[in-house]
Amino acid sequence: MNEREQMNIVIVGHVDHGKSTLIGRLLADTDVLPDGKLEQIKEHCRKNSREFEYAFLLDALKDEQSQGITIDSARCFFKSDKRRYLLIDAPGHIEFLKNMISGAARAESALLLIDAQEGIQENSKRHGYMLSMLGIKQVAVCVNKMDLVKYDKKVFSAIETEYTKFLSDIGITPQAFIPVSAREGDNIASSSKNLSWFTGKHVLEVLDSFAKEPLPEEKPLRMPIQGVYKFTKKGDDRRLIAGRIESGTLNVGDEVVFLPSNKRSIIKSIEEFNAPTSSFAKAGQSVSLTLQEQIYVNRGELMTRKEDVLPQVSSLLRANIFWMGKTPLSTDKRYKLKLGTTSVPVMIKSIESVLDASNLDAAKKAHVERHEVAECILECQQPIAFDLSAELASTGRFVLVDEFDIAGGGIIAQALDDKQKKARAQVFLREQKWEKGHVSMKDRAEKYSQLPTLLLLTGKTGVDKKSIAKLVEKKLFDAGRKSYFLGIGNILRGIDADITKTERDEHVRRFGEVANLLLDAGLLVVGTASDLDVDDLRLLQTINKRGETYIVHVGDPDGTHDVAHLLLDAADDHEVNALKVIEQLKLKNYIFNL
Amino acid sequence: MDKLDALESQSVYILREAYANFHNLCMLWSIGKDSTVMLWLARKAFGGHVPFPLVHIDTAYKIPEMITFRDKIAVKLGLDMVYGQNKKALANKNTFPDGKIDRIACCKTLKTEALRNTLSGEWPRYRLNHKTGKYDVDENREPYTGVIVGARADEEGSRSKERYFSPRDKTNNWDVGDQPPELWNQFKTDFAPGTHIRIHPLLDWTELDIWEYIERENIPITDLYFDKGDGKRYRSLGCYPCTNPVESTARTPKEIVEELRAGKFSRIAERSGRAQDKEDGGGLETLRRDGYM
Repeated sequence: MNEREQMNIVIVGHVDHGKSTLIGRLLADTDVLPDGKLEQIKEHCRKNSREFEYAFLLDALKDEQSQGITIDSARCFFKSDKRRYLLIDAPGHIEFLKNMISGAARAESALLLIDAQEGIQENSKRHGYMLSMLGIKQVAVCVNKMDLVKYDKKVFSAIETEYTKFLSDIGITPQAFIPVSAREGDNIASSSKNLSWFTGKHVLEVLDSFAKEPLPEEKPLRMPIQGVYKFTKKGDDRRLIAGRIESGTLNVGDEVVFLPSNKRSIIKSIEEFNAPTSSFAKAGQSVSLTLQEQIYVNRGELMTRKEDVLPQVSSLLRANIFWMGKTPLSTDKRYKLKLGTTSVPVMIKSIESVLDASNLDAAKKAHVERHEVAECILECQQPIAFDLSAELASTGRFVLVDEFDIAGGGIIAQALDDKQKKARAQVFLREQKWEKGHVSMKDRAEKYSQLPTLLLLTGKTGVDKKSIAKLVEKKLFDAGRKSYFLGIGNILRGIDADITKTERDEHVRRFGEVANLLLDAGLLVVGTASDLDVDDLRLLQTINKRGETYIVHVGDPDGTHDVAHLLLDAADDHEVNALKVIEQLKLKNYIFNL
Repeated sequence: MDKLDALESQSVYILREAYANFHNLCMLWSIGKDSTVMLWLARKAFGGHVPFPLVHIDTAYKIPEMITFRDKIAVKLGLDMVYGQNKKALANKNTFPDGKIDRIACCKTLKTEALRNTLSGEWPRYRLNHKTGKYDVDENREPYTGVIVGARADEEGSRSKERYFSPRDKTNNWDVGDQPPELWNQFKTDFAPGTHIRIHPLLDWTELDIWEYIERENIPITDLYFDKGDGKRYRSLGCYPCTNPVESTARTPKEIVEELRAGKFSRIAERSGRAQDKEDGGGLETLRRDGYM
């Protein structure tokens, strides 16, 4: 037996089809229960005048035992001659689908149970569908309670034919169909005489035949950044980039790109604690890295290698979503999308079609009800980096948070073009060919005690953003900072002299490129422009690759206020407002030390 | 990937997610093997540092070596060490060892209640002053919103149903029938005011994994777990009136691993020396719904 190998298996199927019983039986028959456990539960049943059931080994909660159903997924361990297993017992009642999904999402393979007497039920299908959405490809089907149909081969074959068809419709090819009786122990850990007509493997043999899926080392590097740590107070000056490699490999010396920011650096070292230093890391490892050139990247960015196929970057995507929320998924509510370590506000732009996973009927609907599956177009408030789930599973899926809870899961089918696509492609080329002098960004930041930052003041015309902006510039300058006021008007008659006033996007783009140069010089740029809308702001954020873009909104709401980092009251004194802005710059550590 | 490497990587991932998402984060350190492994994993996650306070609930009936070990390690590693205690119950002698209440009620009083009030800041917290080596009353009474706990799914039934990130309501209750979904390493990090989240980085570890890892990493651990010549050692640590040593001559992590794999303990439940479990009908569900670790 390989002590070092473990496989996670989930047991799914309709309520009362015998999932917990099957696991209980497997534990009892493979002799892995602690001494006295079986006797203890039998004794407990006797005392409470209940018939003993193997399921009691699994259904640990008092409510579960009294109702005779599994409420939440349980985990238990067992061993075969081949390896260790973590068995996940998923509840079959529709009410607990979210618990089934929580359990199944941890599994590499699945056993799906169907009651021979009841046949294929709603959740036999729904669970099958969920397995396909969760990306679990290794599935075996057990037709249980064969004792109740007198071990009749015809019953088994009919279910096998019907269910194989269903699975093939959703893209699953089962590895085996096994007739079993969990209660009687037929075909669980040994072949059964009652089922002598069946020549296939019993459950334990099928489990052992599941192959361990290798981690995606051969795929492009994807490492979502979990955090950037600096423990200076503890006497440690390293700047650690922390994350887990979801796919691919990395070496010290590799040039890496962070998306969506498009920042680049070279891996200087892989830092270890209580382990020999290494110059190589691969999929599955949680690592801490240091970079050669200090760039300012944040949690939520996706790190990849320059040499690898890059992920998609967009704010618009098409996805299949399964919904578990208490209230229906709708187009008029804001949710939070979490993918890898990024987290962004998101709206459902449209619901293309809604599917009943228990019969695969599709319909056009205005909402997605609990337990339904839907194809939707999503619009994120900022662009995110991701993959298509068919290409890379772990960076191709996300969850949706409604209020405080995860309420849906989605797999990405397609990246759609958003309005910044063109600018993003141009910036990508610009960054690739950008020629640096001998003064690095870090050198400038340390010398000036500031991070290059684009401060953008937005708000309706007439709120006098300009005066606040100029005051911020002046106060920063007086305090020894390198600050610069940039009004869009200054560009209009110079750099923009060749284009007409109607070419709004081009004006904004050029304004952004000028700001980007000033930021590259290490400055704090305080910019204003009238009537900037959310798309303009996104465009400016796309173009600025040299520092943070910090958005300050002045006055009444105008659409840009909910993407702003700071809200100012236009009625307040300019002095008060300018100080508020500077206070935030300090809090954010954009200015420091002086 | 090796089993221990995979477990370690997942635990580190969970700890980093906790650190990124909770401003008032703490880790419960019971001084036992599991939470001591968890402390080690935190150092792996954060470049050798532990960037959050460690909280110990001192019932005053802990085996004395545990407290000695706690303070030795806390000083050595410069840990931000905090403890809480039910001073009132101890002063009134309202405990099981004093003969006033039964074991379960005693657990509730000295552990669950002390934990709840220490986490919420209702009761004073005592913080290690590294200059004096003594504990001072902590000024900070802000409630902890993220609490890292070393529970393992294989310990007993109700723990096998836990999430990695598990919400507790205002009264510390665990609504086990209605837990939020958790999938694809996306955890519950949004929560209503007044509630908090328990974080379980060791959920997928077994007792054997813990000892194999202690052996592999050479993690310093209290010697109560080892036989020192009298043929007895502790398999699970707790309060001395309710925790019994087991008969065993294992003197090193390696010998414990062998004992768990094939030896006398391969078929005996880990918490068999813990008396309170038996009084709760074979599981800890009642205690745990109420906030027990």
